[in-house]
Amino acid sequence: MAAAMWSFFYKLGSPPWLYAISGVILRWLLPGTLLALAVGMVWGLLFTSPDFRQGNSYRIIYIHVPAAVVALAGYYVMALAGAISLVWRMKMADVAMKAAAPIGAAFTFIALFTGAVWGKPTWGTWWVWDARITSMLILLFLYLGVVVLYEAFDNKEAAGKACAVLSLVGMVNIPIVYKSVDWWYSLHQPASIKFTGESTIDSSMLYPLLLMIASFYTLFFCCLLLNIRAELLKREARTQWVKKLARVVGGH
Amino acid sequence: MSVPGSWQFCVRLLRRQLLLAVRRPIDIGNPLLFFTMVVVLFPLGLGPAPEQLTGFAPGALWIIALLSNLLTSDSVFRSDFDDGSLEQLLLAPQPLYLSVLAYIGAHWLTTGLLLAVLSPLFALMLNLPVYALSTLVFSLLLGTAVLSLLGGIGAALTVGLKRGGMLISLLLLPLYMPVLIFGSAAVQASVSGIPTGPYLAILGAMLCLAIALAPLAVAAGLRISIDA
Repeated sequence: MAAAMWSFFYKLGSPPWLYAISGVILRWLLPGTLLALAVGMVWGLLFTSPDFRQGNSYRIIYIHVPAAVVALAGYYVMALAGAISLVWRMKMADVAMKAAAPIGAAFTFIALFTGAVWGKPTWGTWWVWDARITSMLILLFLYLGVVVLYEAFDNKEAAGKACAVLSLVGMVNIPIVYKSVDWWYSLHQPASIKFTGESTIDSSMLYPLLLMIASFYTLFFCCLLLNIRAELLKREARTQWVKKLARVVGGH
Repeated sequence: MSVPGSWQFCVRLLRRQLLLAVRRPIDIGNPLLFFTMVVVLFPLGLGPAPEQLTGFAPGALWIIALLSNLLTSDSVFRSDFDDGSLEQLLLAPQPLYLSVLAYIGAHWLTTGLLLAVLSPLFALMLNLPVYALSTLVFSLLLGTAVLSLLGGIGAALTVGLKRGGMLISLLLLPLYMPVLIFGSAAVQASVSGIPTGPYLAILGAMLCLAIALAPLAVAAGLRISIDA
């Protein structure tokens, strides 16, 4: 068992193996994710009852909450990958960190954008300087900072390490983001889903939401794998296996 | 020649940095001059009505302190990186944690401390009530120390880059924001007569966290920049 685990980690350091295995995973996971997203979307948007106070406008919760949850979790993925590449010098962790940053930024932007769209009918304004909204905006800046720092280095190995340090520093900010709504309670409502105690959301609305959250997680994972594959091809462009792959795909 | 102990080394390094700063007084004066000029911008841009000034003075003073700290952070390691003495520091047997703390301490003493001490002057120009001045000074003393520590991280990560100036702002501003929130909230609370203890305590907690962790990140950043 332990031997199998070590050989797995050993293989994880090999770009062609990672490229191949991610291809196999994506072949099954990507259609599954898209299907789950479609089911969750139709269920949430068409087959749940309207909210007694917000009417139909609450339905954007099925995009907003999953995007926000995954945006936060994505930062942990990025920082963890950065820490692994710093400590164990695993090249593939470095690739994963670099690949996670733009995806996380995109999810954060979706959360902010849908939040603004939801805020207009509910609170009467597109934007408020509420603690949680502001900290999501800061999260977006942290993601973009990592992207920008990576591009600034000519030496890509140093770029990876510098970004890893920056993302670990930014991680100190995440608990503040997460707890901010409890600290500076204002317009934004506190979390409705609780693992302990009574959830403040009706179960008929909760199940499609949970499905959407799960499918957003797998969507993030799929995007991450796709981005990792693209980055691998770019980095390994001069190696034999990529050239061979190009010949096969090109039909020569 | 005997090798100096860690603390002795740290103190010597601090003395060296302060001596370097004192010998170039213009570098100490520039941030203060910048602070003064930006203070003037606010009444010019937002109107000179005294009540209005009192309203935005806490935030404005804190934003200016943050910006002047940001502008000086870039140069903490720059000259020592250029002449190679930073490389020597990394090779020294003394722990880099303490050396880094000396650099940042010197930076804070020549920027944040002076700014905090002089801030009542600017605060009065912006019509901040006299009873809020002590909170302003205390919050700036604590807050600018956190800013200097965070600024060291940005400086260490970008010191090897040709075009570091704009980049360091993009990296640092998100990290500065929590400090700004609590710093200006403390002064705001003092203006409205609410107890300021909790805000200052949170700033103090941030300072403790920053002293414990930031030098580690700075040290890692310096090693990366030297290697690059």
